[in-house]
Amino acid sequence: MQVNDNKEFQPLIVAFCCNWCSYAGADLSGTNRLNYPTNVKIIRVPCSCRVNPMFILRAFQKGADGVILCGCHPGDCHYTSGNYFTRRRMTLLFSMLDFLGIERDRTRVEWVSAAEGAKFAATMNEFTEAVKKLGPNRRLEDLRCRKQ
Amino acid sequence: MQEAIISKAKQLLADGTVNRVIGWKKGEFAYDITPAIFESAEEIDAEFVYDDFTSANVSKYLVKESKKEGKILAFLKPCDTYSLNQLTKEHRVNRDNIYVVGIPSDGKLDAEKIKAKGITGIIGVERNGDTLKINTIYGEETMPVSEAMSNKCLSCKSKKHVTYDELIGEDGEVIESDRFDMVEKLENMTSQERYDFWKNELSKCIRCNACRNVCPACTCENCVFDNPDSGIQNKAASDSFEENMFHIIRAFHVAGRCTDCGECSRVCPQNIPLHLLNRKFIKDINSLYGEYQAGEDTTSRAPLNDYTQDDCEASIVHERGVE
Ligand code: SF4
Ligand code: SF4
Ligand code: FES
Repeated sequence: MQVNDNKEFQPLIVAFCCNWCSYAGADLSGTNRLNYPTNVKIIRVPCSCRVNPMFILRAFQKGADGVILCGCHPGDCHYTSGNYFTRRRMTLLFSMLDFLGIERDRTRVEWVSAAEGAKFAATMNEFTEAVKKLGPNRRLEDLRCRKQ
Repeated sequence: MQEAIISKAKQLLADGTVNRVIGWKKGEFAYDITPAIFESAEEIDAEFVYDDFTSANVSKYLVKESKKEGKILAFLKPCDTYSLNQLTKEHRVNRDNIYVVGIPSDGKLDAEKIKAKGITGIIGVERNGDTLKINTIYGEETMPVSEAMSNKCLSCKSKKHVTYDELIGEDGEVIESDRFDMVEKLENMTSQERYDFWKNELSKCIRCNACRNVCPACTCENCVFDNPDSGIQNKAASDSFEENMFHIIRAFHVAGRCTDCGECSRVCPQNIPLHLLNRKFIKDINSLYGEYQAGEDTTSRAPLNDYTQDDCEASIVHERGVE
């Protein structure tokens, strides 16, 4: 969580982006000079299916208010089928988080190709806004990691 | 039943079909029956027990035992055979080294439920139809059997053995159970109510790891929870994050492989309804990816090792149920 001068809540967003599509998509949105919020911190992963449930939980533990996972569109994964497994895995994980009462809008999966710079920026804007509305993550945070 | 099992065990030992038997013996009290290995008829005569408190599932012991020299005899209740089948499918046991005798089960009792009625000093029980006669050091007590039945047996999903070499008694059928009712009830609560419910439950956890250790689906030799660098190894959770993390990851690691044997909730000293987490995964898998019962066979692909091109997107979670 960051607080800027006018005290508006600024969420910390962690975005896991796969190397082959989404990370390149983020790059493209940069070279196209499209704006997306500075709240978003990108972590590059070889493939969306590299992200294990623990990564998502750890991000929340260390202070993330929202976690988004981006990968190639289904069918386009550089490793053929990685994102199909990601899709099942994350569906079940998000459903479990929801079941435990953790706000469901703090997590998302989005498919962004290397050509979709505009989609990347739009997704990040939208997601950051949504998390901003929810306020700071309290239900899945580690008090010892809270930065004041 | 105990006599039939004991004579079967002695017979198979005597004719050399097996060289060991995994069964149960009495613990400190009449109701804490513990798995044990027997190598001779004398040992069996002296200690072997099979009664209404014998709920422990011995399948997990077979991971190690089946790799030793010679065949081992295991008596499995219907739910235990699902666990063994799942282990066979994952190549965790050597099925050829196990001789399975399927035994019927009409439900096991939970000593804690009897004690909750104020009945202590239990030395034995007797079932007479629907009434349970309890012998205690203070005399005799009675209560309805259904009130003493363990939770896992109250929502039994199958009386059918899915793998066996021999059966004692008749085989049963897969049955309709209400095992998802409580999951559904929680799903219909608001997210704040769910959060409060789980906070109340999970904060009781003392991280004894019994739920992980007993689980027949949890058989990794190097577990994430034992990793000294993980910051979460074998110590009491110091805040709600760690409680959540342990339980999410524990349940996630067995998602699609959990046979819903109910052992985790049974052993929890804090009575945390852990099966609700596993059943949530089972329910989701059934509704999103098609009915699947882990352990039912040894060939089908586990739902998380599989996919179809038109699986639903993760956003389905945001669209359904109660916020
Ligand atoms: S998670 Fe619980 S119910 Fe599922 S297989 Fe393991 S011990 Fe049995
Ligand atoms: S058995 Fe119960 S108390 Fe022990 S670690 Fe598991 S949930 Fe926690
Ligand atoms: S490489 Fe992009 S999702 Fe697999």
